[in-house]
Order: sequence, then structure tokens, then C-alpha cells
Amino acid sequence: MRRGPEGAQARAAWYFLAPALLLIGLFFFLPVGASLLLSITDFDIYALGDSSLARFVGLRNYGNLVHNPTFWTAIKNTFYFALVGGPLTVAVSLGAALLVNARAVRLRGVFRTVYFTPFVTSLVAIAVVWRYLYHPRHGLLNLLLGLAGIHPIDWLGDPRWAMPAIILLAVWKNFGFNMVIFIAGLQSIPERLYEAARMDGASGWQQFRRVTLPMLAPTFLFVAVVTMIGYFQLFAEPYVMTQGGPANSTLSVVLLMYEEGFRWWNMGYGAAVAFVLFAIILLLTLVQLRLRAREAIP
Amino acid sequence: MRRRVQTFAVHGVLVVAAALTVLPLVWMVAASLMPTGEASAVPPRLVPSAATLDHYRALFARLHLTRALLNSAGLATAVTLVSLFLNSMAGYGFAKFRFAGRDRLFRVLLGALVIPAQVAMLPLFLILRALGAIDTYWAVVVPGMASVFGIFLVRQYALGIPDSVLDAARVDGAGEFRIYRSLVLFLCAPVLITLAVFTFMGTWNDFMWPLIVLADDRLYTLPVALANLAGEHVQDTELMMAGAVLTVLPVMLLFVFLQRYYVAGIMSGGVKE
Repeated sequence: MRRGPEGAQARAAWYFLAPALLLIGLFFFLPVGASLLLSITDFDIYALGDSSLARFVGLRNYGNLVHNPTFWTAIKNTFYFALVGGPLTVAVSLGAALLVNARAVRLRGVFRTVYFTPFVTSLVAIAVVWRYLYHPRHGLLNLLLGLAGIHPIDWLGDPRWAMPAIILLAVWKNFGFNMVIFIAGLQSIPERLYEAARMDGASGWQQFRRVTLPMLAPTFLFVAVVTMIGYFQLFAEPYVMTQGGPANSTLSVVLLMYEEGFRWWNMGYGAAVAFVLFAIILLLTLVQLRLRAREAIP
Repeated sequence: MRRRVQTFAVHGVLVVAAALTVLPLVWMVAASLMPTGEASAVPPRLVPSAATLDHYRALFARLHLTRALLNSAGLATAVTLVSLFLNSMAGYGFAKFRFAGRDRLFRVLLGALVIPAQVAMLPLFLILRALGAIDTYWAVVVPGMASVFGIFLVRQYALGIPDSVLDAARVDGAGEFRIYRSLVLFLCAPVLITLAVFTFMGTWNDFMWPLIVLADDRLYTLPVALANLAGEHVQDTELMMAGAVLTVLPVMLLFVFLQRYYVAGIMSGGVKE
């Protein structure tokens, strides 16, 4: 196309881009913008019947959120899930990647496939399955723990254990995805770096600390950001397994948004919840990118 | 000698971890084949005393999950075909044409990846409601017809198509759409398969959006139908496990057969940052 006139090229380009961009604009960017507007109205079930009943209320929804203890519970639970479950998932993924990628491992592809399998399963189906695995009396997990001499735990019925149970499920389901990315990162580290380190007499641990980890930093950042964004959107697990209980101990921000917006039809209020979620995700993503940028300058 | 011990230990950990990873799935399948009540036996068992397909029969005959299975398959296929077409056009457009503001537009699109989908859901519901699309298949299909991720994936791949090949086709008198249809699609086949697998699995497994827009249980997708059953049939462990197998199995088979493309897609998305 280099020889063609600029105008013809631009016209052809728009002809290819227009359908997809129009749809993304209409069904993503427009609703995102409208969501901000919705969050400063009192749009509720009556407005759903007659939208002229919705009024602008400024920041009242946000004010109400701040004074609603349930909102803070949801925030606390979501951070708990993301900041404990996220790093745990990344750590398990890295461990699995190092093992699968270790020298002289046979059937590498088989192990990789097996570890990856949970990731492709339907979250709803898996949540249904794990609800039975977590059963205090006839669940498999307590049986296994019993073999190790640990007393039965009421995983989903005890407010202290419900969130750890959901985290364990999330780690199991997601580590394979990050593992594959880590394996790709590990394989892109040039072998000569390790050779040089060994010539300098570096031990296995030192090689890991001084070569593997720094070379893996970009992969690490990518994995951390993607995992965190995903974990802040926690919804299906508590919806299916606990309905946010017991005692709101697994109520997440998205579950709260769903309940407010689509169950009670407080759509203005729900939109405010959604925007708080967006703000949190944006802020934490920027922090992680900033941390990375600082590391890059030695 | 030390190396031998080390290799042995690594394999030991790998095998134990693999066993723990598949255990929930193995139990799911085993429980779905157990006679009623056996999955709740104390102590729990891993092998059915006598395998039975009764629960699968019940799913189809009594609970009408055939309909949900067909809904899921149909919707996932429709979204996959339409989005493949639109995303490949746009990805090619971004990769191989020059026009004012192209790079800025692309950056804006990529920036949108950080916006969680839930932010759009409430107004999207109202928009689709105004269009009369709520509680129809359209409501599930429409938001998935084009995606930033899909455009990104195709663009990265299409950048590698040499301009000379396209120019040669133009010299031969081929129109732009014809070049896209018979040349670009062909050259991009590997990434399109990757994207197809991603989209199909994503749509099949999606839960929150179908849950919101589908009220009529004849339109339910499998995950929505299963979540609904899970509320009503909590005590029927074996029946629920059969439902879970039915929901998980099709995508898992797809993954096993096409994993080469799927894994390649994850790696290209993750490492090229």
C-alpha cells in the first residue's frame, strides 16, 4: 500500500475498522461513560418503568456508600481476596513453572497440560464441585486433612474460613494460566547468562536470585497486573458457593454491585459501586506500573 | 548422585501436584456416576460402587438441560464466528494501513483493557432494554461481537505480513476486501484459530452477563442453568456433579485438542508486552 495515495489508504482502513470500532464504542465506551452519569442519579426500580423519574443527585450515591458498613465489608473482603489470593496464585504459578521447566524433567508437556486444565473449566461448575469438597462431614478436603490429624473445618459455614476456602479454589483454578506465561518467560532467558554465573561460582539459589528473578521481572509485572485485575472482579465463586455469606464474609464489591443494581434495581447506587471498583483497579495498576518503572532505572 | 536425587525429588513433587490438581475433577466425574446418596457417604469415596448414567438421563429428560447445552453451543459458536470476522478486519486495518491518528486510536483501545467489564454492565442493560433485546439471545451475543483483545491479537500477528505480498495482489487488480478475504485470512489462520478457541471458551464459561440478561429459563446457558439447579437441588450431589461434568467437558475436550494454539496465544499476549 506504500505506493497508493494516502486518501485511498485511509478510506480502506476505516472500512476495515468501522464495524468493530462502532460496536466497541456503542456497547463498551458509551456504557462506561453512561455509567459515570448513572452513578450521579437516583435511578431505581421506578425509573426503570419511566426514566423521567430519575433525578441527578450529585455525589449522594458515593456519600451513601461511604457511610454504608456493608460497602466497607465488601471492600475489605475484595482486598483480602486480591491481596492474599493474588500473590499466592503468582507464587504457586512461579513454583509450578520452575518445576515443569527444571532440567531433565520428563513428560514436560503432560504436566503442563494437567496443571493448566483447571483454568479452562467453567467457574460455576467448579464452584458447585468445590462446595461439596468443602462439606464439613463428607467433603474430600476434610478427609485429607484428617489423615494429617487436622480436625474438620466448616469451610463455607465459618466466617473465618469462607474466604480462605474461596482463595484456595481460585489458586487451584488459575495458577496454570500464569504458569504458562512464566514458562515462556523462563525459556526466553539466554542460557549463556547461567553459564556466566556458574563460571563465577554462583550456587543454584544465587543463579535464581541474580539471573532468573531479574530477567523474569517484566513477566512478573504482567502476571501480577492481570491476576490482580481479575481477582478484584470476584463474583461467581461467592455467588454460587456462599451467596456472600456467612455473615457477609465473602461479599465482594462486584457481588454488591450485582445485588444493588440487578436485584434491587438501585442502578444509580450500583453504578457508583462499579466506579469505585474501576478506581481501585486503575490506581493499583498505576502503582504496579510505577514500581516497575522505578526498578527499570538502576 | 546428587543430581539424580534432585531429579527424582522434582518428579515426585510434580506427580503429587498433578494428582492434587486433577483430584477435584476426578471426584466430579466419579460422583456423577455414583448411585444416589453415595457421594455423601462417610468416609467419602473416590470410586462408585456401581457406575450408573441415571443422573445424566435425569439431566436431559427431567431437567431439560439439552436446551441449555444447545443454547451454550449456539451462542458460543455465533459469538466466535462474528467476532472472528470483525476483529480480524480491524486487526488487519490497524496493522497494514496508514492513516492519521492510527497509533493514538490503538493506544486508547488498549487503555480500555484496564476498565473492568462490570463498569459497563448497568447502562448496557438499559441500552439493550431500550432496544428490546433483554431476555433474547441478542443480549448475550451483542457485547461479544468485537473485542479489544481480539483486535490486539490479530494486529500483532498481521504486522508480520510483508507489504510486498499485499502490493503484489493489488497490482494483480484484487480489491481490498478480496485481498483480506482470500489472502490475509489465510495468512493469519494460526492466530485466528487461537482467537477462536479463546472466544469460544470465554463465551461458553461466561456467567455474570448471561445471568443478568436472561430471565427466561429456556434461554439459559449451561453455567446459568447449573447455578440455578445448584440452588434447588443442593442435596442431589450426584445429579449436580453430572451437571458440572456436562458444563465442563465440552470446553475441556476443545482445549485438549487445540491446546497448542491456545497456549501459543497466551504466550504471545503475555511476553510481547
